[in-house]
Amino acid sequence: MSAVPGQVEPLVIEPTRGWRSLGLADVWRSRELLWFLTSREIKSRYRQMALGPLWIILRPLLTMVVFTVLFGHIAKLPSNGIPYPLFTFSALIAWTYFSTAVGATSGSLVAQLGLISKVYFPRLVIPLAAALGGLVDLAFAFVVLGLMMAAYGWAPTWWAFAIPLYLLFSMLTALAIGLWTATAAVKFRDLQYATTYGLQIWLYATPVAYSASLIPQSWQLVYQLNPMYWVVAGFRYGLLGEGVGPKPIMLIPLGVVLALLVSGAYIFRRTERTIVDSQ
Amino acid sequence: MSDIAVSVQGLSKRYRIGAPATQSSGMRESLRRSITGPFSYLSASLREPTDEETLWAVRDVSFDVPKGQVVGIIGRNGAGKSTLLKLLSRITEPTGGRAVIEGRLGSLLEVGAGFHPELTGRENIFLNGAILGMHRTEVRAKFDDIVGFSGVERFLDTPVKRYSSGMYVRLAFAVAAHLEPEVLIVDEVLAVGDAEFQRRCLGKMEAIGQEGRTVLLVSHSMPTISRFCKRAILLHGGTVAADGPVNDVVATYLQSGHGIGSSVTWDEATAPGSGSARLRAIRAIDADHITQDAFDIRRPIGIEVTYDVLEPLTFVPWIQLESDLGGPIFSAFDTDPDWRQPRAPGTYTSTAWIPGDLLNEGTVVVTISLHTFAAGGKAEIHAMGRQAIAFQVLDAGDGTTSRGDAVGTWIAPVRPLLKWDLERDQA
Repeated sequence: MSAVPGQVEPLVIEPTRGWRSLGLADVWRSRELLWFLTSREIKSRYRQMALGPLWIILRPLLTMVVFTVLFGHIAKLPSNGIPYPLFTFSALIAWTYFSTAVGATSGSLVAQLGLISKVYFPRLVIPLAAALGGLVDLAFAFVVLGLMMAAYGWAPTWWAFAIPLYLLFSMLTALAIGLWTATAAVKFRDLQYATTYGLQIWLYATPVAYSASLIPQSWQLVYQLNPMYWVVAGFRYGLLGEGVGPKPIMLIPLGVVLALLVSGAYIFRRTERTIVDSQ
Repeated sequence: MSDIAVSVQGLSKRYRIGAPATQSSGMRESLRRSITGPFSYLSASLREPTDEETLWAVRDVSFDVPKGQVVGIIGRNGAGKSTLLKLLSRITEPTGGRAVIEGRLGSLLEVGAGFHPELTGRENIFLNGAILGMHRTEVRAKFDDIVGFSGVERFLDTPVKRYSSGMYVRLAFAVAAHLEPEVLIVDEVLAVGDAEFQRRCLGKMEAIGQEGRTVLLVSHSMPTISRFCKRAILLHGGTVAADGPVNDVVATYLQSGHGIGSSVTWDEATAPGSGSARLRAIRAIDADHITQDAFDIRRPIGIEVTYDVLEPLTFVPWIQLESDLGGPIFSAFDTDPDWRQPRAPGTYTSTAWIPGDLLNEGTVVVTISLHTFAAGGKAEIHAMGRQAIAFQVLDAGDGTTSRGDAVGTWIAPVRPLLKWDLERDQA
């Protein structure tokens, strides 16, 4: 079935030449569907799993233990006076959301080809739902972090109120990458493997397991072009009062992300009309 | 608002089918290709396809459908029916031309519609409502009707991946038909459901048509199309081959060789068979031995097979009839004692007579073979004409057939005219 609510004017079906509008109004009218697909994304992820939602918490927790043992105890890297578990977990939850969102968005079009080939709806809803799906995981992770902070007797700073903005930044980054890769993955399925691999490298290029202060001054400028550097820094700054808050240089990665996002959305719209044909 | 619900003008769709493969030659070539392969795949995917890499699935199709009309779309597999419906449902974009649809569009393409296998039946109803742009409260208002119609109450909280294909299509049709589209597009769903459900589907679509809503129906079942639609469009090779009153178009389809013909002949070179026997001709004939495409349901039908016997063996002709609804109707051997003796080489003709008032309305496809039985009942097949010919059985509908005064679809491969006794019990 296919229709957009409130549609009264006749539906015209014809080939579009070149670029076309993003159709954001159609996406907005389909918000009920967006909500449904998001909750379905969450539900179907944990269905038929013995531990179910426990995985949401276990995944970053186990990584935290590994990082703490490897980098905190064995390598004895500095954490600027912050307990290593707190230090790494506060960044890990941001990173886990980001990498989950990139993975889900990248694979979303291929995963939903069954639905796409049977019914029409604004296709942009699909990557959006994939990016939003990870937020529930994040909420659970925040609860765990809150318990840990209470256990260590650590209080957040006023900058914690900026965290939603940093979260938005990481979501936009994930979408910018996801839109490009999801579009390309329809034709080139290998891209999904490349994305997974790229995320692993990216993780080590971001101060999640270690402190950014370890990076030599001469490399800091390049290092800080990474948008996830700022997200992770923002999480730590707000939650633990460690590191740096927003700085003007942050506008460069932000600008790059926005440019990638808008261009990705247009590429997506350009490709979506023939997605079904390239199966 | 005009009176036209669906207007299609010059609609075309070109698919990329890939270049004809070139033969690999030798180790060196395959080594070279394993290195250049990814690059040529990349460049082939990005550049414009050449003519031989493309296929026009739908080409320059034009028609108008007035509001409230129920139109059948027929044609062989690959004629472009499903592609046309996909274009109209906005699943894929046309390469050229234009279509205008007035009003809310509901479509049910193939089995399953927009169902997610992991979600339950209940969740999928709401998902489809959301796809159609309905609010949850609207879907809730129709929920009981949908569930009642589909008959899957007991499985509402089971993921639909565990549904049988029949349950799947019942729920899909129920959702599509009850969410009140003004234009309903349905592709070959009736082939899956059981008889009772098919009857309800047709009734529901009829009701939708009577409410002034428009239906485009693809089906391979000519009786369904004939009974249900006033107008039919015949597609062939992606273009409109005929468009008009349903009976004319169905007849054109059946007679034009777009389907399997009611007779077939082979010359010596192409005749199916072995060194012992080969088939030369098969046809469907009436009592006067004239080849016919369509038979009155009351008249006997002859299946005539001509074959060459090359070695003096015993040959038993065998026929099998299949219904267009799927599945065999019956099969039969020639049980005449004549076949139990070896036959002298030469050309023979066997004719099996199917009595009138036995087969139901519809398309009947015939397979014929020649067998030799060895001791112990083991059979050897010498020649087979698989789905070699097809013919139609039609009901005049004048009240004198086995249908009586009844109307509607009769789902069963046979429809015998039985002798009924009536006695009044003594009080």
